[in-house]
Amino acid sequence: MSIDTATAARVAKLARIKVEKEDLPALAEEFNAILGFIEQLGELDVDDVEPMTSVTPMRLPRRVDEITDGNQQEKVLANAPDAREGFFAVPKVVE
Amino acid sequence: MLDLTYETPKVKTIAGAKQDWELVIGMEVHAQVSSNSKLFSGASTTFGAEPNSNVAFVDAGMPGMLPVINEFCVEQAVRTGLGLKAEINLFSAFDRKNYFYPDLPQGYQISQLYHPIVGEGEVLVEMGDGTARLVRIERIHLEQDAGKSIHDMDPHMSFVDLNRTGVALMEIVSRPDIRGPEEAAAYVVKLRQILRYLGTCDGNMQNGNLRADVNVSICQPGAYERYRETGDFGHLGTRCEIKNMNSMRFIQAAIDVEAKRQIKIVEGGGAVDQETRLYDPDKNETRSMRSKEEAHDYRYFPCPDLLPLNIEQDWVDGIAENLPELPDAKKARFISEFGLSDYDASVLTAETRDAEFFEAVVGGAGDGKLAANWVINELFGRLKKDDASIKDSPISPARLAQIIKLIKADTISGKIAKDVFEIAYTQDRDPDEIVETEGMKQVTDTGAIEAAVNEIIAANPAQVEKAKANPKLAGWFVGQVMKATGGKANPKAVNELVAKKLAD
Amino acid sequence: MSELNKLTIADARDALRKGDVTSVELTEACLTAIDAADALGAFVHKTPQIAMERASAADARIKAGDAPDMCGVPVGIKDLFCTEGVASQAASRILEGFKPEYESTVSGKLKDDGAVMLGKLNMDEFAMGSSNETSVYGNAINPWRAGNGETELTPGGSSGGSASAVSADLCLAATGTDTGGSIRQPAAFTGIVGLKPTYGRCSRWGIVAFASSLDQAGPMTKTVRDAAIMGRAMMGHDAKDSTSADLAVPDFEAMLTGDIKGKVIGIPKEYRMDGMPEEIETLWSDGAAMLKDAGAELRDISLPHTKYALPAYYVVAPAEASSNLARYDGVRFGHRAQMAAGDGITEMYEKTRAEGFGPEVRRRVMIGTYVLSAGFYDAYYNRARKVRALIKKDFEDVFAAGIDQILTPATPSAAFELGKEVSDPVEMYLNDVFTVTVNLAGLPGIALPTGVNADGLPLGLQLIGRPWEEGDLLNTAYALEEAAGFVAKPAKWW
Repeated sequence: MSIDTATAARVAKLARIKVEKEDLPALAEEFNAILGFIEQLGELDVDDVEPMTSVTPMRLPRRVDEITDGNQQEKVLANAPDAREGFFAVPKVVE
Repeated sequence: MLDLTYETPKVKTIAGAKQDWELVIGMEVHAQVSSNSKLFSGASTTFGAEPNSNVAFVDAGMPGMLPVINEFCVEQAVRTGLGLKAEINLFSAFDRKNYFYPDLPQGYQISQLYHPIVGEGEVLVEMGDGTARLVRIERIHLEQDAGKSIHDMDPHMSFVDLNRTGVALMEIVSRPDIRGPEEAAAYVVKLRQILRYLGTCDGNMQNGNLRADVNVSICQPGAYERYRETGDFGHLGTRCEIKNMNSMRFIQAAIDVEAKRQIKIVEGGGAVDQETRLYDPDKNETRSMRSKEEAHDYRYFPCPDLLPLNIEQDWVDGIAENLPELPDAKKARFISEFGLSDYDASVLTAETRDAEFFEAVVGGAGDGKLAANWVINELFGRLKKDDASIKDSPISPARLAQIIKLIKADTISGKIAKDVFEIAYTQDRDPDEIVETEGMKQVTDTGAIEAAVNEIIAANPAQVEKAKANPKLAGWFVGQVMKATGGKANPKAVNELVAKKLAD
Repeated sequence: MSELNKLTIADARDALRKGDVTSVELTEACLTAIDAADALGAFVHKTPQIAMERASAADARIKAGDAPDMCGVPVGIKDLFCTEGVASQAASRILEGFKPEYESTVSGKLKDDGAVMLGKLNMDEFAMGSSNETSVYGNAINPWRAGNGETELTPGGSSGGSASAVSADLCLAATGTDTGGSIRQPAAFTGIVGLKPTYGRCSRWGIVAFASSLDQAGPMTKTVRDAAIMGRAMMGHDAKDSTSADLAVPDFEAMLTGDIKGKVIGIPKEYRMDGMPEEIETLWSDGAAMLKDAGAELRDISLPHTKYALPAYYVVAPAEASSNLARYDGVRFGHRAQMAAGDGITEMYEKTRAEGFGPEVRRRVMIGTYVLSAGFYDAYYNRARKVRALIKKDFEDVFAAGIDQILTPATPSAAFELGKEVSDPVEMYLNDVFTVTVNLAGLPGIALPTGVNADGLPLGLQLIGRPWEEGDLLNTAYALEEAAGFVAKPAKWW
């Protein structure tokens, strides 16, 4: 599997990371180096293997349905780059 | 329990310029779980709070914050599955659906793609005309709701409120078994009814607690049947998904206009693009939501912050044992037990409160049909006039049953009963007491009635002659007698006496 | 007492309890050492005021009696831990200015026990790196130098600041986190002890996530005993972390008998890599001999899927990271890029993330995005999860066959020159070759110094234990530490 610059550009877009056009070939090359390295996984027959989920069997812990959190608008907004009137403000989203 | 049987509704076709087309519709209904706190945090789910006040740090996607599941939400999903006669998966797991949006703070939604908690089920959708469609349910999964972006508060900025972020949703996915706009609306109505019976979702569409994504495609007549035989979606047309519909009326309008759009494309030699569309009710049109080059790629993978969800059969059995009687069963029982019509049974089982009220009335009155008439025609009619619902009914089931009992005992006539009802309804009084105090008891004393009949006959010789020639005119005398007795005379006795006297 | 900052936790604890020293004195000694060691780039946010307040409070508590072991002990906290009101940036520009409104469970437990936080420690950005060269703060420097040279060496990574600080006696101990070797490799490079507990032992709540299924916090200390003391304080069930194990944490220190007679130590043949430097070979066989002398039985074992560990790691870790790092979007906290006219939300995301993340983080996020993208899930991520199951089974098999611990080298080399490997990501990834299997299988592992190379640089060995048996693991490490008698310290040049 070889990654071309178009694929590199698509991945950058999906990851929402701006990559200048002139940097795409180098990026594609890096991808190829790393992917070449992980390609070895294909050597193994894993058809009948159950994926690992935990170190030793554990039951997913559950919470009771109680209100134990929230009511902290100030703290939630404290680190916001732009907060107005209780909201997070972001550049206009066009749907 | 009696199973009701229905004919399958006829498939509605839409005429294009060249030919008739059929519709194929599948739905993804998002139902908010009626929990106090969110799916993975202890923040409140209350609607309408100050912006960003019902937010835990995990809801805001703060660094290092982790989800812990709300067991009540899991239980409600299982309950819903059982209510839809669905398979419950003892093993399920949570996956992350990755995409960027300002109201999605983590950058992913925790959902269940690969292993949903509920598998295949079904919903019987009655059309009200003696037909019903059996819609197959593909799956139900639990997922987080997103927050709210507000675009109209500022010309250059969008504002984000995370109160809704992380609230538990059940996504109920149907097979493409719905064949027309009316069926689609009826499906949502029925699903909503079941959810409300189960108490797993309040069904409030206005607040967005129940909303639907509607997948619409068109096909040649006969193509759908081939799909059902083979399971091959290739027989069906390309679908478009209309997002976030929260009104029955708009659902129907949107499907109609979207189908017509697709027909126009296909008949014009074009191809429908598979895409997400929004319905604009003002313009009555659907439009594409996102530009095509930004094809979605959600990169689902198992959420590493959560272990798989294993539930125990005993637990599921316990939930199953405590399920309430559901609409189909209740309706069938009302028909068989009380001799109600299909229509009356449907009306009375629409909401559990209605059905409970009705059953309480029957319990007191002992006459199902009469009770159904009184609940549907008088009570519902009166409540509607006041824009009130059954829970605000000023008259109790016991008092309504009393009125019915008074009719059945011939103590009052049906007509007087309506007056008694009005007084009981508006003045919060006991029907027996009303009849007594207001002197509304029916006159059954034949002597008194006979005197009144004699008096009318004596005073109207000309009418007597006419009536003797044409017995149909006897009704005039009955009316006069009723008038003279203030409506309290037993109509049956009056009829008999008038006929007898005129025959003399 | 002179040079209080050079004390171990155990000695400090005993001295504090005897009243020979106060926490304020200990803390002042450390703060002085920190201020004199800016050249090491270890402490990136100093919190002297908080430290002095906590030290005074600790002294009062010790005086009142019944103080926990960690009470009054000055420690450094890796920048990956969220600390309430104190900058917590994961060494990234994207978290510039971020001051959490909450305290991570692990740093909170230490705080509750009375430990004194001296400040936040340098690391690779988002813990992605093996040399501490990806930090927005600049490099952390190894206090050790080769021979009489002046070349700056890496302290390893990602917990490079923690390693450098402990090794240079800027603090008595530090917290680290380990996703593929980020505690053990820097510990080995700096001649200290680093313990990665069993996955699920330390709560991940409040620690900036890198790869959730691999991340685990642990202590970085001067001795095995200190790792036992501090490890116990850091571990424990947390209802806020769904992957946290609901198991009691034993008194590890009480288990340090040094008696390992009859223990069976596995020597895995797959760890004997081609081209392994002779100094590492020797270190390993010397370590094995020491354990044998102490009464343990050595057994050759096979962990056949070892070679697939690094490739599996470089699927799982970037994939999870690509998702975990999606929240750094400039909306709710941290850096937001300057917008140009006409920029919308997408441009904000793309510019913010391009500016906020360094090259290695960008690379891994994009690799992770790629391996999860449509059509590749089964070929990469799901396959890697299955390979993890095979690797885990390799370990289970040998443990079932009676192996108590496994002895391996901790790193393929001694600390290398800064800037040397930064250009080749794959070469850099090979640093984790001995440590990464342990993360994939979720096992506990410990690195401890057992020797020096020809240049006088420390070298470490790794012991791998059975799940949840950190106590037994620490005891074997303790026996090895005793036998190795490693006492070398870096010559102070900073």
